[in-house]
Amino acid sequence: MTAVSFTDAEARIGRATIWRDVSLTVERGQFVAVLGPNGAGKSTLVRAVLGLQPLAAGSATVLGRRPGDANDRIGYLPQRRSFDESTRIRGVDVVRLGLDGARWGLPIPGTRSRAAAARVDEVIALVGATAYAGRPIGELSGGEQQRLLIAQALVRRPQLLLLDEPLDSLDLPNQIGVAALVRRICAEEDVAVLLVAHDVNPIIGYLDGVIYFAGGTAVEGPPEEVISTETLSALYGVAIEVLRASDGRLVVVGAPDLHGHHAH
Amino acid sequence: MLTSSAFTGLSWSPVTDVRTLFTFPFMQHALAAGTIVAVMAGVIGWFMVLRRQTFAGHTLSVTAFTGASAASLAGVPVAVGYFGICGLGALALAAVAGPRRSLGAESAATGSVGALALALGFLFVSLYHGILTGLDSLLFGTFLGITSSQVLVLLVVAALTLVVVALAARPLLFASVDPDVARAGGVPVRLLGLGFLLVLGLAVAETSQITGALLVFALLVTPAAAAHRITARPFAGVVLSVALALAVTWLGLALAYFSVYPVGFYITSLSFAVYVLARVLT
Repeated sequence: MTAVSFTDAEARIGRATIWRDVSLTVERGQFVAVLGPNGAGKSTLVRAVLGLQPLAAGSATVLGRRPGDANDRIGYLPQRRSFDESTRIRGVDVVRLGLDGARWGLPIPGTRSRAAAARVDEVIALVGATAYAGRPIGELSGGEQQRLLIAQALVRRPQLLLLDEPLDSLDLPNQIGVAALVRRICAEEDVAVLLVAHDVNPIIGYLDGVIYFAGGTAVEGPPEEVISTETLSALYGVAIEVLRASDGRLVVVGAPDLHGHHAH
Repeated sequence: MLTSSAFTGLSWSPVTDVRTLFTFPFMQHALAAGTIVAVMAGVIGWFMVLRRQTFAGHTLSVTAFTGASAASLAGVPVAVGYFGICGLGALALAAVAGPRRSLGAESAATGSVGALALALGFLFVSLYHGILTGLDSLLFGTFLGITSSQVLVLLVVAALTLVVVALAARPLLFASVDPDVARAGGVPVRLLGLGFLLVLGLAVAETSQITGALLVFALLVTPAAAAHRITARPFAGVVLSVALALAVTWLGLALAYFSVYPVGFYITSLSFAVYVLARVLT
């Protein structure tokens, strides 16, 4: 089943065109990274999938519906955002909010409440956060917080997971750890994942595909195919060289916006 | 100021002393009013500390003083002034803060509103020459002369507010802790923000009537801040916040009854002691 499908889509903010002629397809169970320099429109794609950014042209379906109409089946982890030390709420409470935080009224103790608590425990175990979920979230490390936030995004059994730069503030081992976790969730829960990232290298081994934004548009394909001298040169419109370092890392040379680029 | 110790002294027998506390109607009213106020302040204060809106709470307490002095000047019941101005103040804070909850901009604008409110309150007190002793109780609180109809108003306002907060508890918690995800999940984050400021205004208006405008924090912030330090469980935190607010209010009223010093001093000092204990022990 197709999770996300864009056809010749165009996004504008005010009068500025962010990207155009974007066509892409993400299937259930696929783990796809959204890459590209700052300001190329990665987060705009996430907002478009959520229906928060209307398309100026083209068409899109998300989980078989118009963008915005299937948000209850999407788990969303915004760009952020970490809880500072003064946030005295337990990790388990933050995960629970993802399940029924939007409901009015007080939770009534009973079978439904117990089922909710059981689901929260289950998803916390899935991300491997059981040991520290009972501690105030502000006291946890960036990697621990990120795992709990992924649990929060997963708790309602979404069919699509949107993760906006979840690896940004993490050190390398944690980036790899979270990427491995997302890969596992993709397979076990049959959920499609769009993960916005700066640096593709720590996660490239786990990916099914890449959507690369640059030059006012985007290309989609398998990682090795997209991150290549030919594809990126065509995309940026200038000569780009993709080199493979001796440790296997991909290095992109000559991109116009090196600031914050994925291969610095 | 007339003090209650003129009526009766401390016997040092707990049973007798507690019975003495309930002898006079003015003291019954004070205890009833204090109980209502403490419950409301404990609950609303817990959310206020969580949302880091203590500065907004402080500003509203300054406007509470303005409202009370304006009401005295206009010759209408002081409670009308408290509730009216705190509601207006909450709307003003929501308006200056704008749609985005940017904390820096909010605190600058909030401070500006507060300064204007304090200046106006001072003007009203100057225009109304006869209430020099009244000024003390507007600022620092009193438990004398609370009527049964005032208690009824406090009760109705607190009950309605707490029902609304209970119904909105989970979305409010979500919007306070995690606004971006809450918004994506369909929680009306802006509306809740405005609603909470209004509720906070009502809580400040209620609390001002016991602790005075300047000592509102003793019930609204300190017990809640101590509760946040002691437990990170939301429900337990709210219950603990209420329990601490009740304890300091009852003890403060009793101490004020048996001594010559004002109730605001006792409640504030006890509250502070609780907070220090919570910081030391956790």
